[in-house]
Amino acid sequence: MKAGAPEKLIIDGKRLDGRGIEEMREIEARIGVLKRADGSAFFRFGNTRALAAVYGPRQLHPKYLQDPKKALIRCKYNMAPFSSYERIRPGVSRRSIEISKILTEALSQVVFVEEFPRAAIDVFVEIIQADASTRCAALNAAALALADAGIPMKDLVSSCAAGKVDGEIILDVAGLEDNYGEVDMPVAMTPRDENIVLLQIDGILTKEEFEKALDLARKGCKKVYEAQKAALKEKYIEVDEDE
Amino acid sequence: MSSDFYELGENYVKKLVSEGTRLDGRGFKEFREIKIETGVVEKAEGSARVTIGNTQVLVGVKMSLGDPYPDTPNEGVLIVNTELVPVASPTFEPGPPDENAIEISRVVDRGIRESKCIELEGLGVGEKVWIINVDIHVLDHDGNLIDASALGAIAALLDAKIPKYDENEEKILYGEPDRKLPVKDVPVAITIGKISGKLLVDTSLKEEAALEARLTVTTNSNGEIVAMQKGGKGAFTPEEIKEAVSISIEKGKEIRKLLGG
Amino acid sequence: MESKLLVKDKQIVIPGEDLAVGYDFLPGRGTFRTGESIRSKVLGQVRLKEKLVNVISLSGVYIPKPGDGVIGVVDDVQTTFWVININSPYKGILLLSEAVKEFVEVSKTDIARYFDIGELIYTKVINVTKSKIVTLSMMDPRAKKLRGGRIVTIIPSRVPRLIGKKGSMIEMIKEKTGCQIVVGQNGVVWLKGEREDLATKAILEVEKESYTSGLTERIARLLEEG
Repeated sequence: MKAGAPEKLIIDGKRLDGRGIEEMREIEARIGVLKRADGSAFFRFGNTRALAAVYGPRQLHPKYLQDPKKALIRCKYNMAPFSSYERIRPGVSRRSIEISKILTEALSQVVFVEEFPRAAIDVFVEIIQADASTRCAALNAAALALADAGIPMKDLVSSCAAGKVDGEIILDVAGLEDNYGEVDMPVAMTPRDENIVLLQIDGILTKEEFEKALDLARKGCKKVYEAQKAALKEKYIEVDEDE
Repeated sequence: MSSDFYELGENYVKKLVSEGTRLDGRGFKEFREIKIETGVVEKAEGSARVTIGNTQVLVGVKMSLGDPYPDTPNEGVLIVNTELVPVASPTFEPGPPDENAIEISRVVDRGIRESKCIELEGLGVGEKVWIINVDIHVLDHDGNLIDASALGAIAALLDAKIPKYDENEEKILYGEPDRKLPVKDVPVAITIGKISGKLLVDTSLKEEAALEARLTVTTNSNGEIVAMQKGGKGAFTPEEIKEAVSISIEKGKEIRKLLGG
Repeated sequence: MESKLLVKDKQIVIPGEDLAVGYDFLPGRGTFRTGESIRSKVLGQVRLKEKLVNVISLSGVYIPKPGDGVIGVVDDVQTTFWVININSPYKGILLLSEAVKEFVEVSKTDIARYFDIGELIYTKVINVTKSKIVTLSMMDPRAKKLRGGRIVTIIPSRVPRLIGKKGSMIEMIKEKTGCQIVVGQNGVVWLKGEREDLATKAILEVEKESYTSGLTERIARLLEEG
């Protein structure tokens, strides 16, 4: 264990922030949070906050990128400079480029891109505050923003992370677990058909542990989906205005 | 919606203003609703979210230790940076700050620096000094970004706490505030736009399409001018400038009250 | 297997939500079939027409369809055609032959004399190719240049509600405000008259409340109150 690490991250089945092993942090999801964008959403896992905006389908520049058969989805992930204890230098990093790529690929799975030949669908995500699982929060917000923008989709994308801490398989790594835990495993899936559209692991897992983690992440994604569903329907609750 | 049809409104805006009204029915010296929330990003030393109508700006203050300027060895260093992130507008693109973002940073910086609102003297720790990074993140663009950014910056600075420093470990203990950042004045920037020869405060995005010129006047708590910036391709007459200064002092006073200043 | 409808008319549904199972129902607008299920493609409102299940999107940009009347602004003038911004990811092409009845000697004419950059037109979409090349025409009795007035843009999928059954909603707004109003299927609305403010307010209210019931009465009240 590294210097500065707490002796234990799990004590009597409770984690440092009081959660149980299979317990997720508080989730908050809202759509239509920005006015200028065609679609927008906010998603929060505890202290991790992501804001997503969709512009498009819109004309794609430069023209040589245009595909006469389908739209091009471009997702850009960015961390606000103040989102972390150590200030993040503005601008792209190798990390943000990689995350943008895998988010783009995950979202491309669900959008009916062939309905918008030659166009671009731009998805921008700002991490307002980072406390682990920022790519999961980004994806959850992005899927909501796409739906808010009226983009036709096969399904949403729901995402959360499982991990291994103090030898235990846990749901939703956060706080010191992110720094001192053994494994972080972000997963994203289409909630209806459970197609896995994002999966990363860093750390060592046995095959059995991996299966357990995947199962836990599946359950987590269902929870995320419920929150996403509620956020989408909430905006259009029919107000009874008859006096 | 990201419609290009906005530009069609330009002539309509001019016509309305020349008739003495505005698109949303506001008076020429009337702001849209202003909301200020502080402490919105726990990991930042100070933070504020400011909305003016649909314009939304998030500002975070991050502090770290660094080298002082050679001529002021015991003074903290202020750095203001603005990101016009692409969530905010269909015309903002990812990438390094463009001239508009840099102008905002510099206008906000000048207001804070010249009002001497932060007591930079005494912000040294050994050989090092506190570097105060004020990061302005524009989230939703519906005009008047300078005033919203300046307001967000001073609100975030008023909210900021200097973190504890562990001298033995030579480590900043983020998340453990030591004391408030000493801020003793409240500079407020008011931008006056000129449309159809008339002066207006708090121009919306649609109005800015018809903007001939603008003047930002930053005033301190004494009602003195601390910084100014004229922008836009048109010009003002000396009388218009004088009127703009009076409007700024008056509106500055009103807005300062929202910050408890 | 027995077919079953899983939603009610006017219910709000989300992308991927099951609307019906079995083959007695047909996937309509805003839906798709996967195996036995019909699912929604969009965040929208269910509209049932006998066995046809439709979902009307609550947002989204305008995608041109042949036959649509749209309001556009002239973006560019070339030697024999105009490029028209129709508030869509796709620009419209207006060919000289579809715009001007008289014979024009192209080599000696600047066609900007007919339609110049920045001018506003109400035009018809006549053709849309698979890769969304859009051609427009002014050879329609309702096609015209729109002069003066103002523009309001609304979410294109909410245009049918603004028009109303057999034009009832828009006729009411015209009558009560005395404004001339032209509604483009692309969500661009042009209006001109003494009471533009009131008409704009009514139009934006219809947009905002398009998915609710009792809307006509509420708009009538809004117009009465002025």
